[in-house]
Amino acid sequence: MSVTAICSELTPLFQDVFDEDDLVVTPELTAADVDEWDSLSHIRLVVAIEGHYGISFSSAEMAGLRNVGELAAVIARKTNR
Amino acid sequence: MSWDLAALPWLPAPPSDLRARCKALDAEGGARGSGLAALAATSLDLSGCARLGKSLGKAVEADATAPLKACSLTVLSNATLDLLLDPIRVGAARHGLAVSLRKPAFGQVEQELLDPSSATRSDPPDAVLLLLDHRGWGLQGAGDLIGAGFQRLEQARAALTGTTLILSTVAPPPEPLFGGLDVTVSETVRARVRAFNEGLRDRAARWGAPLLDLEHLAARVGLDRWHDPAHWTLHKLPFAPALSPLLGDHVGRLLGALRGTSRKVLVLDLDNTCWGGVIGDDGLEGIELGPGSGRGEAHVALQRYALELRGRGVVLAVCSKNDDANGRLPFREHPEMLLREEHIAVFQANWRDKASNLAAIARALNVGVDALVFVDDNPAERAIVREHLPQVAVPELPEDPALYVRAVASGGWFEAVSFNENDRQRAAQYQANAQRAELAEQVADMDAFHASLQMVIRFAPFDAIGRPRIAQLIGRSNQFNLTTRRYSAEQVAAMEADPDVVTLQVRLADRFGDNGMISVVIGRRDGDVLEIDTWLMSCRVLGRRVEEQVLAEIAEQARARGMTALRGRWIPSGRNGLVEEHYAKLGFVPAGTDGDATLWALDLATYDPPDLPFTVERS
Repeated sequence: MSVTAICSELTPLFQDVFDEDDLVVTPELTAADVDEWDSLSHIRLVVAIEGHYGISFSSAEMAGLRNVGELAAVIARKTNR
Repeated sequence: MSWDLAALPWLPAPPSDLRARCKALDAEGGARGSGLAALAATSLDLSGCARLGKSLGKAVEADATAPLKACSLTVLSNATLDLLLDPIRVGAARHGLAVSLRKPAFGQVEQELLDPSSATRSDPPDAVLLLLDHRGWGLQGAGDLIGAGFQRLEQARAALTGTTLILSTVAPPPEPLFGGLDVTVSETVRARVRAFNEGLRDRAARWGAPLLDLEHLAARVGLDRWHDPAHWTLHKLPFAPALSPLLGDHVGRLLGALRGTSRKVLVLDLDNTCWGGVIGDDGLEGIELGPGSGRGEAHVALQRYALELRGRGVVLAVCSKNDDANGRLPFREHPEMLLREEHIAVFQANWRDKASNLAAIARALNVGVDALVFVDDNPAERAIVREHLPQVAVPELPEDPALYVRAVASGGWFEAVSFNENDRQRAAQYQANAQRAELAEQVADMDAFHASLQMVIRFAPFDAIGRPRIAQLIGRSNQFNLTTRRYSAEQVAAMEADPDVVTLQVRLADRFGDNGMISVVIGRRDGDVLEIDTWLMSCRVLGRRVEEQVLAEIAEQARARGMTALRGRWIPSGRNGLVEEHYAKLGFVPAGTDGDATLWALDLATYDPPDLPFTVERS
């Protein structure tokens, strides 16, 4: 599955985690672009994604991802898509 | 078998438009506790808890959480618990409370406990939860760590006065060092945690401190899943963050038990709940019950659990769409039935809607519908009851009846922080009460009814034996409670020796049984006036003139101490409208107001007690 397709799957998840109806997830999106995206909500985001895809992130992945594009690439790899 | 404890499977799924509903509630000006509690009664995940937790926090700030009961809590831990706060707010709302939370900054436990000017000590909350992780509490390393751990616990307890300290057991680490030897070699972390937990349980029992049993909860989830090394190393999260909603619910149910919102009655549907099949169609021989089929065994297991609950004071009732005679038939004649009619306080088998029948059950038992848990295999009935009576807890049941017990038990609706002889007898007492109500219907003349009860009332000052029950009543009573002042067991103990305080514990027995302690009074001397600081009574004994006899006793004790008048006070709490006219009915005259409170006075020179239907005993 393409990064773009994963981004559109992630959109409702992000909207829930950050309580932001208008949020649209793009590969370029970073924490700096979202008001509510702090270290706590980041953990909530990780938990939501792990639960949604049935995958788990390593501590390096949790700490090191720089934007949603990298996140989507990890999801694609872990879900073999 | 699909049962994942972490997903709170005993709760229905949250609405898909949760965020929109939260926003709508945020925008409401007035009290919105009911709407928030209804959303909380769903299986919210971590994100859902965060959203609803935000709304709960706003409502607490706006003082708009009625009818939820207010409760303040400080959480102390050496690990990161920030993610747990919203799940605690949600878990507490699910159990009837609006909690205002404080969590000191990371690593501030010592300062909070040892510095008398810390917020926790200078402005103590209702409860302090000390949530321990073995790494945060120093149970790994060298030396006598367990002894040191206990020393810190004792310090914490000594430092925290005027609040309830909630202790938690420690979840053992999953990784073995030796393997099988770990529990026998005393310096392994597992052995230390085990010894620490044992000592902690002893102290909790000795101190009367409520206990959050993390060790058991972690074991239920599985230790490998409970401990998430990635999150520990990154953020010092002491457990996997996805488990926060589960732990938050366990904190919420414990706070509920402390503040008296635990439920009292288990109401059972019959067909396909208490037995397999439909008694009206399948007949006594056709229903599945007992050995011979897995289903039959599963339904017996639910009955057994219901009886165990009854043994610890939970009242049982039946609510079923059935002809009364059909519904009762297995109770009377099926050899595999564990439940018998004598165990059921109220039996409602008819064709009316279940919401009306549940309301009738609550009325017959003189409890609110928020004291009921209703177990029904039929998803449609569950949904209807949730819609019409959202205060009733209605567990989701798995497809397989083998899991019914687990679903009912996991909801935590009957959580308790103490257990005494009174609790043991409670189910029988409520049942006897329902019988008394029936008798009252037969005896038209109230005086004749009272006389026929052959009531014996016993008065005693507070003492060590009565103390746990006195503290329990003071902590829990809401409806018949004139001032709703909450005192800890220690404060109660202090009153026993105070010459300026008049205390009464009141017990009532009648020909149907012993009601146990049903009323508590605290009076304080103010010159030659006795100010009634606290007067509460169990609603089970309403309508039996107990309050008149109690007044006669208060008056006598005040006179014996040379006092000339009584002063009463009604402080509205939102839940004690029942007693707004209490003092007026007893012949007190209005004596002004004090803030929200109304004041009342009774001149002892002119007070003369009426003839009352009691044999009075004193000790």
